[in-house]
Amino acid sequence: MSNIPLLAVTDLWIAYERINAVRGVSFAVGEGEIVTLIGANGAGKTTILRAISGLLPAARGSITFAGEDLLRLPAHLRTQGGIAHVPEGRGIFGNLTVLENLRLAAYARTDAGIAHDLEEVLELFPRLAERRQQWGNTLSGGEQQMLAVGRALMSRGRLLLLDEPSMGLAPMLVREIFRVIQRLNRQGATILLVEQNAHLALEVAHRAYILETGEISLFGPSCELKHHPRVREAYLGG
Amino acid sequence: MVISEKRKKLLTWLGAVLLLVLSWLLPASGLLNPYVVQILMYLGINMILTLSLNLVNGYMGEFSVGHAGFMGIGAYAASIITVWFLPRAWAFWTFPAVLVAGGLAAAVAGLVVAFPSFRTRGDYLAIVTLAFNMIVKSVLENLEVVGGPRGFLGMPRLTNLFWVAAWVLITVMVLRRLVYSNFGRGITAIREDEVAANLTGVDTRRVKLYAFLVSAFFAGVAGGLFAHLLQFINPRSFSILKSTDMLVMVYLGGVGSLTGSLLGATIFTLLMEVLRPLGLWRWVVGPLLLVLLMIFRPQGIMGFKEWKWFKERAVSSEQ
Repeated sequence: MSNIPLLAVTDLWIAYERINAVRGVSFAVGEGEIVTLIGANGAGKTTILRAISGLLPAARGSITFAGEDLLRLPAHLRTQGGIAHVPEGRGIFGNLTVLENLRLAAYARTDAGIAHDLEEVLELFPRLAERRQQWGNTLSGGEQQMLAVGRALMSRGRLLLLDEPSMGLAPMLVREIFRVIQRLNRQGATILLVEQNAHLALEVAHRAYILETGEISLFGPSCELKHHPRVREAYLGG
Repeated sequence: MVISEKRKKLLTWLGAVLLLVLSWLLPASGLLNPYVVQILMYLGINMILTLSLNLVNGYMGEFSVGHAGFMGIGAYAASIITVWFLPRAWAFWTFPAVLVAGGLAAAVAGLVVAFPSFRTRGDYLAIVTLAFNMIVKSVLENLEVVGGPRGFLGMPRLTNLFWVAAWVLITVMVLRRLVYSNFGRGITAIREDEVAANLTGVDTRRVKLYAFLVSAFFAGVAGGLFAHLLQFINPRSFSILKSTDMLVMVYLGGVGSLTGSLLGATIFTLLMEVLRPLGLWRWVVGPLLLVLLMIFRPQGIMGFKEWKWFKERAVSSEQ
């Protein structure tokens, strides 16, 4: 981990209408890390991700990515700059085929490596390779999640923002998705993971932040938080 | 039968040339009676309108209901140039340029709809396009210099089957190139999920802007062809009713499909011709067809499907 974090969020405030959903949140994600934001429904996890990728404006505070101020950039330029957001509900293009979905993810890229990356994603997810000509909306939930992650890879993001990748998936598929997340990380991807499934999130992440009603209440290395009495009680079921 | 890419390309070009030659020879030789030629020209114009509307409504998933407004602007702009500014002797040679000018005028008007589309979509954008159509019609009705409600005339009959066929070919080729380009993928991404499109790096504003401009351009060209075929235009030709016809053709043939656009235009144009004896009742058919379509097959006959020939080269991950 280098000294300058890849993503630094400082005193971030986000408001819907006049209600503050996120209140003075600060955290950092270093290059090569998996960092997770854990919290209950409505704690502000998704809101924070949406502010990072530019779907929501920040009321106050700063977000820097590789030292560059992100808040000045519109969403599509942040993507081109290397932030790959896999939104909650996956954002699959339903009436496009798996291949078209993957190729679209490389929309902003102009380099020659697109075909190579496509190959790699299909290798990583053999299920997607089998279904390459199928429409996105005919895939199962797990396959859609794989496709969503595959798309994030195709965009060659330096930072992956994963919003609840376990949502609505069978336990076996959840394990598979998390294995892929770890594998991606070993290959050098930096990941910011938002999860309700605290158990799994703490399993794969290096560090974690606990978010409660828009504020960070606890943070530290995952292995420590796992044994923290308050975390055990509130998120891990005692 | 598997046809190689090269053969397919060659055959496509041969087919296009053949079509152009036939469109020139058949009317000239007198083998086709003028009535049939006339219908074919209307058919071609309808094809261009349907293809261009499908780019916005089918591929991009917006709901524009004011396409006749663009057609009207193209028709008036082209006619005005022909009648006021060009000597009769030149008219034949400058006709293609005049059509392009009409298209450009319509494209500029396309901005009027494109900018609101940045902030709103769905039902609300539909209302904006509806208003646009009405504004165009009432402005034309109140502009005495172009004849007001009486209409505008004096254009020589420059439109012939050859020019119509040529513009249909151009429209198909340009749109085919467009929808299978990276940019075209951006257009379909907006249809599927605008937020996700934004997150994949699609500059949604720019994509929308260009899509509306291209769509309006071809509608304007179709308007120019229409004006120089009928030799008389009036604001009522470009009312909501005309827009409805175009919607029927798009949703009958199939959204997000070039094949569907051609098919929808063909079925609708021929049907309206066959139903001519019904008189006024004919105009019930279009809207009724639209209602039935929305209930039983909302995506249209060829919705999101494409005839093999129009498809992108076979994609494999190996390329």
